[in-house]
Amino acid sequence: MTTSPSLDAKLAEEGPAISGLKPGMDPISDAAAGQWTLIWRKFLKQKVALFCGAVILVLYLIGAFAEFLAPGLPDTSRAQYTYAPPQSIGFFTSDGQFQPHVKGYTIAIDQAALRRTFVVDDNVIVPIGFFVEGPAYKFWGLFESNRHLVGPLDPNQTMYLLGADRLGRDLLSRLIYGTRISMSIGLIGVCLSLVLGVVLGSISGYFGGWVDTVIQRIIEVVSAMPTIPLWLGLAAAIPLTWSPINVYFVITIIVSLLGWTGLAREVRGRFFALRNEDFVTAAKLDGSGERRVIFRHILPSLTSHILAVVTLAVPSMIIAETSLSFLGVGLKAPVVSWGVLLQDAQNIRSISTAPWLLIWPSLAVVIAVLSFNFFGDGLRDAADPYES
Amino acid sequence: MLNYILKRLVYMIPTLIGMSIISFAIIQLPPGDYLTSLMSTLADGGAPIDPATVERLRAQYGLDQPVWVQYGKWMTGILTRGDFGFSFEWNQPVSEVIWSRMGSTLAISFAALVFVWAVSLPIGIYSAVRRNSVGDHVFTFFGFIGLAVPNFILALTLMYVSFRVFGQSVGGLFSPEYVDAPWSWGKLWDLVLHLWIPIIVIGMSGTAAMIRILRANLTDELSKPYVTTARAKGLPEYKVIVKYPVRIALNPFVSAIGWVLPELVSGVTITAIVLNLPTAGPLLLRALVAQDMYLAGSFILLLSVLTLVGMLISDILLALLDPRIRYN
Repeated sequence: MTTSPSLDAKLAEEGPAISGLKPGMDPISDAAAGQWTLIWRKFLKQKVALFCGAVILVLYLIGAFAEFLAPGLPDTSRAQYTYAPPQSIGFFTSDGQFQPHVKGYTIAIDQAALRRTFVVDDNVIVPIGFFVEGPAYKFWGLFESNRHLVGPLDPNQTMYLLGADRLGRDLLSRLIYGTRISMSIGLIGVCLSLVLGVVLGSISGYFGGWVDTVIQRIIEVVSAMPTIPLWLGLAAAIPLTWSPINVYFVITIIVSLLGWTGLAREVRGRFFALRNEDFVTAAKLDGSGERRVIFRHILPSLTSHILAVVTLAVPSMIIAETSLSFLGVGLKAPVVSWGVLLQDAQNIRSISTAPWLLIWPSLAVVIAVLSFNFFGDGLRDAADPYES
Repeated sequence: MLNYILKRLVYMIPTLIGMSIISFAIIQLPPGDYLTSLMSTLADGGAPIDPATVERLRAQYGLDQPVWVQYGKWMTGILTRGDFGFSFEWNQPVSEVIWSRMGSTLAISFAALVFVWAVSLPIGIYSAVRRNSVGDHVFTFFGFIGLAVPNFILALTLMYVSFRVFGQSVGGLFSPEYVDAPWSWGKLWDLVLHLWIPIIVIGMSGTAAMIRILRANLTDELSKPYVTTARAKGLPEYKVIVKYPVRIALNPFVSAIGWVLPELVSGVTITAIVLNLPTAGPLLLRALVAQDMYLAGSFILLLSVLTLVGMLISDILLALLDPRIRYN
């Protein structure tokens, strides 16, 4: 604090009407702070948004370090562990010794249904630990390693913390690898939308007139069409022979093709509000060309708003990818995404046999979507620091 | 009023043309034209198609001509003869397959819209009047969940819950014993029992969004001086709220059909696939996977037209509600 408490209280009581001073605020540093500092301070006050921002960061970190964080590889299948249920972690063995472990299974045959069932066997324990050696992987395709954050001490034993799927693959590992694909599709898709939306929105808002009319009509057509049928139509045209990487990029493009309209509308609205401002007139009088006025003068003053709208657009992209993959026209195995995982939970029979196949991937989707929504809401509220 | 409706109708034409172009582009997207896939399917089935028929179809749909001529032929067929093209998977004209499915899609979308309104109106008013009460927070929480959970996950979850709790499987619109039965009260009740899950699933996110909109608008209205005046005049509280502020806050409620309806139609598509309802959704997916493109494109076009007609109705309703829009 640079001011004395008495001055502070005095300012709070009779301070200038425009600055909206509150007790406890530091008036001098607030008055001298730049736009971004103010936005940052306003954002810091929103605890929920801040927390959700942290969740998003964690999700991206999980995606980035998937190979190391996952206990196993996403496509190692073990036929004898079909639909093995989740195992819980225990810390002490039956004789009271400290040894983190998961309980093993005994396999019984259900005579009525002729199905394998798993019973948790308290006598068999699988010791687990941190930084264990496990299946070898190539981190980011660059460094070879076989260290995993957690895993069974003996690589030949199995650990299914979230259960196994139809082929006995570890759901936790698949979920972690899926985070990388699903979260990055949202990010890349939103970048493409951003380019489309900002370019078309600024042209529309800056020039007005017939250019504006044409672009607005296009936006109207695209946003009036029901999204899922349109996505389905576009995604179904991807040839089956394409490599997973190509499909990945085409899906991102499809998802972003319908996501740019909201952004374009927002940018256009702001342009309409700003294009008669003094600083724009000044830039024009200085002899700036139209491109310079748009991209150097108007757009930077919109950055915070654009950031907020972009964040709010990510959830719809994640949902789009998940829905398409779930329906079998988006990403396909061997690629692992949350939507691909949910494909295994398509009918009531597999859900009732293995509810975890529905619960965990769904939870991942919902957490991601909710976090982006709250985070974006917070950004939007902080975007205009001069508002009271 | 008539003038206004006419103006809206004319205004719809370019949008319709845009939608038809996008739908046609989707028909054209997969490699190879429709006749090559038709011939290969028939040859696979051991019944090669007669070359004369191929020539006739080729000429009829103008497949040997540039794309815009084909588009022209497709559109003329639809507008003059109601001919949407030929579905090779069903070996029938598309128009024979499509209408009953569109009817059920329309019915379910409409039921979902009614659900959205019926639920969000009282909750929205309650949340605005009792802001920050426990009830308001509970509804807000459910609203966020409703917005964040994708339709198909909600459908799967309800399916699982109803299977676990009620021991009943919820796919389809009727129980097996009623599928071919003539209409009766029993059949109607059976339909209601099957319909509540899809309608909640489809309407959930729309309801959540509507509650938020109504709450925000009504909060703005409630703080205006005329409300204080009405209260000062001694009007009963329910009249103070329902008579004026709610009426004004309803405007965005009606105009929201414009964006809620595409969402509902979109939701019906995916929910119907999960719950195996006889609407456009499952057929559209099947057509797309089999690359039966005229059927798929026609579905996409008609679903878009459905939302457009909904928007027109919302515009007209809005004009009826608000004279400022009517005379502008």
